Amino acid sequence: MPELGKYAGEVLAAYGGSIAILGGLVWLSIRSGAKVRARLRAMEETRK
Amino acid sequence: MSLWEYANPVKFMATSGRILPAFAVAAAVVTLAGVAWGFFATPEDYKQGATVKIIFLHVPAAMMAINAWAMMLVCSLIWVVRRHHVSALAAKAAAPVGVAMTLIALFTGAVWGQPMWGTWWAWDPRLTSFLILFLFYLGYMALWAAIDDPDTAADLTSVLCLVGSVFAILSRYAVNFWNQGLHQGASVLRAGAVTGADTEEKVSNVYAVPLFVSMAGFVLLFIALVLLRTRTEIRARRIKALEARARMADA
Repeated sequence: MPELGKYAGEVLAAYGGSIAILGGLVWLSIRSGAKVRARLRAMEETRK
Repeated sequence: MSLWEYANPVKFMATSGRILPAFAVAAAVVTLAGVAWGFFATPEDYKQGATVKIIFLHVPAAMMAINAWAMMLVCSLIWVVRRHHVSALAAKAAAPVGVAMTLIALFTGAVWGQPMWGTWWAWDPRLTSFLILFLFYLGYMALWAAIDDPDTAADLTSVLCLVGSVFAILSRYAVNFWNQGLHQGASVLRAGAVTGADTEEKVSNVYAVPLFVSMAGFVLLFIALVLLRTRTEIRARRIKALEARARMADA
């Protein structure tokens, strides 16, 4: 862990918040992609 | 080979399916490298202290917030002129990525501004135009969600995207138009700043190099997420088409 001095709170909040937003975006994108793909696969198999 | 081939969803799905894993891996590696380099391996600035480390998130996120809107504008214009569905769906897919980037830029800017400027927020031209851009992103996504017919939604969101482009441009150049406010002018993406040809203060290479790596990572992350989300939108559209076909068959 680097020495962040008196601004440790601000730096950690910025990194924590940004990682949470990016992580949430990636997770939601992958999850919705997997759900839609599974649903389409099921529908196309039903049609066969 | 023509770019317009990718207006065909089958062609787009085949090509994006091949390149997406490479972009995803590159995005993860380069983004982590840039952000970790900035956080762990850069020194404190003599004026800003450790808060200088926030630029490795703030600048790439702000850059991508504007560039995402620019990409949406190009896709919207292609939809309006040539009516390619993949283009409209790519614009729709980019909006949540753009809003996340705008949110990160606003949040990290506020967290940096409090100790450095003495305030979380100021009604400065660049900050204000960025806030309006954020609201345009929310409005754009809400409009897509509010309209059932996808073609009508694509038409109306394209118009909204054109109007919002004014604020995307303002958020980049506001500090040049109005020489006032707290936010400084460009100090990184300025040719003279990189070459040392201009007389204004330039960012030291100790910060500039990891910053460029982080910016490259955010660009790759944006491309990977837009490819993934566009593929999801194309599949969702296919589901709607199959459902409509099933209803017609039942009727």
